[in-house]
Amino acid sequence: MSLEKTYPKEVKQILSKYPPEQKRSAVMPLLFLAQREEGYINKASMQDIAKMLNITETEVASIVGFYSLYHDEKAGKYRMQICTDLPCALRGADEFIQNLCENLGIKVGETTPDGIVTLEAVTCLAACDKAPMFQTQGPDGIKYHENMTLDKTLELIEALKQTKKEVK
Amino acid sequence: MTHVLLRHRDIPDLNKFEVYKKNGGFDAFKKAVTKMQPAEVTDVVKNSGLRGRGGAGFPTGMKWSFIDNKNWPHYVVANADESEPGTFKDREIMESNPFQFLEGLALASYAVGATVAYIYLRGEFWQLAAFLDEKIAEMEKAGCLGSNLFGTEYSLKIFTHLGAGAYICGEETALLESLEGKRGQPRVRPPFPPSFGLYGKPTIINNVETFTNVPMILANGADWYKSMGTADSAGVKIFSLSGRVRKPGNYELPFGTTFRQLIYEHGGGIQEGRPVKAIMPAGASSSLIVVDDKVLDTILDYATVRTLGADLGSASVIVLDDTVNIDWVVKKTIHFFKHESCGKCTPCREGNYWMKNLTERIHSGEGAKADVDLLLNVAKQMQGKCLCALGEFSTMAVVTGIERFPQDFKKVVKA
Repeated sequence: MSLEKTYPKEVKQILSKYPPEQKRSAVMPLLFLAQREEGYINKASMQDIAKMLNITETEVASIVGFYSLYHDEKAGKYRMQICTDLPCALRGADEFIQNLCENLGIKVGETTPDGIVTLEAVTCLAACDKAPMFQTQGPDGIKYHENMTLDKTLELIEALKQTKKEVK
Repeated sequence: MTHVLLRHRDIPDLNKFEVYKKNGGFDAFKKAVTKMQPAEVTDVVKNSGLRGRGGAGFPTGMKWSFIDNKNWPHYVVANADESEPGTFKDREIMESNPFQFLEGLALASYAVGATVAYIYLRGEFWQLAAFLDEKIAEMEKAGCLGSNLFGTEYSLKIFTHLGAGAYICGEETALLESLEGKRGQPRVRPPFPPSFGLYGKPTIINNVETFTNVPMILANGADWYKSMGTADSAGVKIFSLSGRVRKPGNYELPFGTTFRQLIYEHGGGIQEGRPVKAIMPAGASSSLIVVDDKVLDTILDYATVRTLGADLGSASVIVLDDTVNIDWVVKKTIHFFKHESCGKCTPCREGNYWMKNLTERIHSGEGAKADVDLLLNVAKQMQGKCLCALGEFSTMAVVTGIERFPQDFKKVVKA
């Protein structure tokens, strides 16, 4: 199914932002759109976008590979991306991620057995004064969670499990 | 004090259109479009002494005056890719005082004759982009954006564009590549964006905080702005304070404030009352400053911080206390730069790879003195050879860490 058929309104709105002769600029927002449903971008979507923008599939794939918010492999429904850069680490981010891993029984990069959460350690998210912090990347976009504790995070994960049925 | 940029801290609900309007919002833009020539707007900004807040500190009005008037159309792009570890000011501006930023962007667009402006936000600011889209729609509805503004010939549209997780896109030519739908890798310069920018057209790129100053400068005049700050660095700056301080956060202060005032009066001092060991005034890209009383009493402006062997950059002040070993700090910064190196130029791509291996070995306790020497050697070989500032910045903490804190490395290597 092509993006234009699945999301006609969104595709039109995205393309309207750029000069008609520069529609390649739309590749990034279109990739976010392609990723919305499954949390990753498959080969068919890349071919679809390449065709729409009149660029090669390799060019589209190179964009997917370059930027860290695009994924070409399936993971948990939500990616929990914890910042462990210097300012966050000075406020306990490394201990936070270690405790969380122990509690969930998974390592960084792994997914909980129910397929809800994949834990990732990421670079700076521009919230250095509110560490420990992370973002969740899922079907409802990207959300920030700041000044987090282990308990608050486990509560959030429980809440995410409950949304399993609501969002298709 | 009354804020110039973080005005939402003085005026509740400033991110609502009516509240912003009631507090003088869009008066400057209306006045500029209806009563001033574009070049006059640039002149006011030039005379104010405003310098770019993204890190480089380049004079803003001068940058605008470089726009190539023989090649059209022109574009203005707001750099909202805020990704430097330690920097978190632009997000607060856009969330809480969005209209002042948007009005500044509109004023810049008028000044250089751009009818389309883009806001390039880091992809993580997903919710913020949707929020700004709402604010832009409100401005359009109220006639502050769109066609024939205030009954004149001038028209302007503003669009948001989300990146997707790449620190390098804060580098202005990488940002342009990304906005054009390519991998975010820096261009060889010159030509610079005011002559060859977005889609090869003359383009002005400024940081969010830079734009946010502009409406206040137009409203109150260049002399008012220059009356704040120092002779070298006019006006106010948002200092993002993080690390071991009791009260991390954004503090808007005039240039000329001392490190001591920032850390102790505003930041509440150091956790557990410990001493400050080192300061990184420009985030992870920073040189490490060895701290003593004299350093704490040094004022913060572009020129004076340089006398301490560091740069002020975007003023993301990371404070390290005596519990922190500098070899760990260097390992952390290199982990960041290794991840964020775009791979286009060899010194940065390969250098960061090797620096990551070396800093990890040293920190694990498996390293020898020769590894520290090699690490310093690799960093020094990279300096002056990288395509853009990312590669250069990646070496700052390494070189100053080893040279200024040798005991911290001696402590962790095998005898």
